Amino acid sequence: MGVRAMIGLLDRRTLQDIGLVVVADAIVGLSFGAIAVGGGMPVWVPIAMSLLVFAGGSQFAALGILLAGGDPAAAVAAGLVLNARLLAFGFAAADALGPGWWRRLLGAQIITDESIAFTLSSDDPDRRRALFWVSGVALFIAWNVAVALGALLGTIVGDTDALGLDAAFPAVLIALVVPALKDAALRIAAAVGAVLAVGATPFLPAGVPVLLSLLALVVVLRSRWRRRDGDGDGSGGRGPAGGAAGSGSGLDELGDAHPFGPAGGLR
Amino acid sequence: MSAMALLLPILILAVGTYAFRLVGPAVHGRVRLPRFVDDLLGDGAIVLLSALTVTSAVFEAGQFAGWARPIGVAVAVALAIVKAPFPVIVVSAALVTALLRLIFPGLDG
Repeated sequence: MGVRAMIGLLDRRTLQDIGLVVVADAIVGLSFGAIAVGGGMPVWVPIAMSLLVFAGGSQFAALGILLAGGDPAAAVAAGLVLNARLLAFGFAAADALGPGWWRRLLGAQIITDESIAFTLSSDDPDRRRALFWVSGVALFIAWNVAVALGALLGTIVGDTDALGLDAAFPAVLIALVVPALKDAALRIAAAVGAVLAVGATPFLPAGVPVLLSLLALVVVLRSRWRRRDGDGDGSGGRGPAGGAAGSGSGLDELGDAHPFGPAGGLR
Repeated sequence: MSAMALLLPILILAVGTYAFRLVGPAVHGRVRLPRFVDDLLGDGAIVLLSALTVTSAVFEAGQFAGWARPIGVAVAVALAIVKAPFPVIVVSAALVTALLRLIFPGLDG
């Protein structure tokens, strides 16, 4: 199926939705590039990161730890913990990448919250493929162009603190995370984790306190997972993908969490 | 930091992230992830992001960052709760922080 055939499978409304998410992500990408360079990184760092990692939440996390003078190993660890959810996404949308190894190898790189949320909105195999590839490629191009422009902007703007850009990074995270905190147990875990991280910050190297927050996850959420495991498997398909593999809470939380509209949140 | 000291963490993060993405398509969805693992991955991302949000709002290189930034971020929280559009949330936080610094230069200590 060629590009034209794929776009032909999608109605105007869907293409508009994809366009809106592309624009919103471009704004985030612009701020990522500007914050990175404004914070003192060489221009190639945000650009290389965006092309190679292509996962916005982890890019902001790793960059924040590096800019704070943290251990690069902690930056990598935080980024990988955030991106572990992509494992679940890969299982949920595996069919949409298409047959053949090269499609799987290329398609894997454009698996994001957004492209998966669009993909899971349909049950029809051809439409799922079209949704995945059209949204994924559009987001990849927009994100990387925006980050490069933002990086150049960062070289022009000298004092990013005077513009309040240092508040933009936590604000981006808030826009991503607040809509996902729907469940009480998860809110408690997030609060306890944040308290642990803040309390540990004066004593531990940058990046490590954030990882410490995961302890709260295990303590607070163990009962929740056990409960869900018990009643989960019999209840059949949840969410728009019906019985598609692996549409559990990772997807539910992120899929509904998008601050811009129909798609997922944490890219 | 030297170029190599920056490139190496980027490459490791990139390779690890790509590996997470590729497993599902590589087995072509034939295997299902246990529900427990699926929940753990989603919840872990959100708890970690919440902690990162708070620490990056309050600290700068291990020290208190001053009041302008956390106040700007608090505005972002309020706007996110009332479901303001994404660009509004981010621009408002930056704008409030920048204005506070302009009007009250002593605020950041």
